[in-house]
Amino acid sequence: MSAAPLLEVDDLSVRFDTDAGTVHAVDKMSFTLAEREVLGIVGESGCGKSVTAMSLLRLLPPTASISGRARFDGNDLLGASSRRLRRIRGNEIGFVFQEPMTSLNPVFTVGRQVEESLRTHRGLSRSAARKRAIELLDLVHIPAPERRVREYPHQLSGGMRQRVMIAMAVACEPKILIADEPTTALDVTIQAGILDLMRELRERLGTAIILITHNLGVVADIADRVVVMYAGRKAEEAPVRELFARPQHPYTIGLLGAIPLPGAASKQDRLREIPGRVPSLAELPNHCAFAPRCPRADELTRSEVPPLRSVGPEHLVACFHPGGEWTQ
Amino acid sequence: MSYVELATVNPRAGRRRLLRKRLLRRPLAVAGLVVALAFAILAVFANQIAPYSYRATDFNAILVHHSSKHLLGTDPLGHDIWSQIVFGARASMEAGVLSTLLALAIAVPIGLVAGYYRGWIDPVIARLTDVLLAFPFLILAVGLAAILGASLRNAILALGIGAVPGLIRIARGEALALREEDYVRAAIANGARDTTILFRHILPNMMSTLIVQATVTIPLAIIGEAVLSFLGLGVQPPATSWGVQLNAAQDYLTEAPRLAVYPGVAIVIASLAFNLLGDGLRDVLDPRTQR
Repeated sequence: MSAAPLLEVDDLSVRFDTDAGTVHAVDKMSFTLAEREVLGIVGESGCGKSVTAMSLLRLLPPTASISGRARFDGNDLLGASSRRLRRIRGNEIGFVFQEPMTSLNPVFTVGRQVEESLRTHRGLSRSAARKRAIELLDLVHIPAPERRVREYPHQLSGGMRQRVMIAMAVACEPKILIADEPTTALDVTIQAGILDLMRELRERLGTAIILITHNLGVVADIADRVVVMYAGRKAEEAPVRELFARPQHPYTIGLLGAIPLPGAASKQDRLREIPGRVPSLAELPNHCAFAPRCPRADELTRSEVPPLRSVGPEHLVACFHPGGEWTQ
Repeated sequence: MSYVELATVNPRAGRRRLLRKRLLRRPLAVAGLVVALAFAILAVFANQIAPYSYRATDFNAILVHHSSKHLLGTDPLGHDIWSQIVFGARASMEAGVLSTLLALAIAVPIGLVAGYYRGWIDPVIARLTDVLLAFPFLILAVGLAAILGASLRNAILALGIGAVPGLIRIARGEALALREEDYVRAAIANGARDTTILFRHILPNMMSTLIVQATVTIPLAIIGEAVLSFLGLGVQPPATSWGVQLNAAQDYLTEAPRLAVYPGVAIVIASLAFNLLGDGLRDVLDPRTQR
């Protein structure tokens, strides 16, 4: 991880102006992504992880206002013209959505849909795009790709469709692949296959990957580095081994404690859950957002926002009382 | 749907076969289709089918009842009524189909733009549509035809424009719903151009709705053409249409009511056929209906 990172996000904030008031979905997020790196962004539903990713390509509805900086390969993403942005989307940054069942247009063959971005970004002819589409379906391990390109989405299973979505996203060999919960809607065995595929694509195409998930198992499997988000803010960031070995933020510790382990059931009847609820993002608290659920909360946590500080090599945590074992 | 129907080799042909099967299960829709096609054939081949020209007069047979020479008899000018009905079908079909196509050509792009781009343009278009919809379709068409002048071409223009606001509303509503689809979002994330999204992702997915809407707009235009021609705002004699024939029949209602009955029945059957077809297509193309 030398030189300038491929993607550098700095102080990214996203607000939504709704009838019920302003919702602060993301508050001052910063992170970097190096070439060929897999970055996992983890958090509960509604913590702002998808919004973070979508804001990078400005895929949010017009009610969203984005501030901060995002530099990609020397370009400013958030200030890019819509023309420039359109050339980046799908061409230099690929995006895979959570819903493979509905993310393909039902009236066109999957081949045509894979060809679409090739024809848009690469100006390929119909026959060249078709040839490449077959190669791409082969790359994502869809059997009999020559036949599958002529099939419609409803003829494919969920796992197959997600593979098609990935083929579409990597069609132009983007430098970054952003995958927003790519495995959530799929069976566990299919999940593993998709993760293997993403790992393989990183090796073969050299694509850096941002993987957004609520599943720590997925992160442990594939990510190099992890950002844990809570209520729109970064709670902790560390290389994956470091995070699992020495989690510092009580929220991270809570998340790890909530993973069911075979055999552990004998010692402990219940999974340890994190008490309380994810706070509403209507109002950003001017204290630690996790304080109401945190056993370590004290006067300080309830009066100030904890700054990010370094607790080890590349290990950042936003907590006044970081530390290892969490004993109640 | 059964597995047999899904497991076809060519998916497009499979879908077509499935739709045909679903259509054939609806006898009323099939009847509508057959009758509508019959009227279309009458209209296209009027010259070959009608035994006489619509202008030919037979002064030896004035106001006669049906005979082997004159299938449905003749009118006071000695016109063969069957020939008049056949040529009337041509005016009706032209008015029905052309004005509907015209309305679609105007309304669909406007509705797409309003529904897809939203912004300031959407409320402007939506409110203008509401204002136009406040006028009943026929009143609007009569007004437009009065302004444009009486001819079949102007009647088609008037009926087409009269049908625009309703179709805008439908196209806009569909575009509004479809722009939120995941595959549209995915296309945007893949850097698709607006034209690609509009014409490859949104328009094809609203086609079934548009087809149904067109099929129920055609009978309205057929009736509209008859009304305009009856009022003297459409087809002008000696050219003929069912409305013109109804108008001419007024003076003979007591002596020869059949003069009014034949074109009247033709109007009813033609518009009923398209309505039945439209209803059937709505069910056939709607994936939520099970049969």
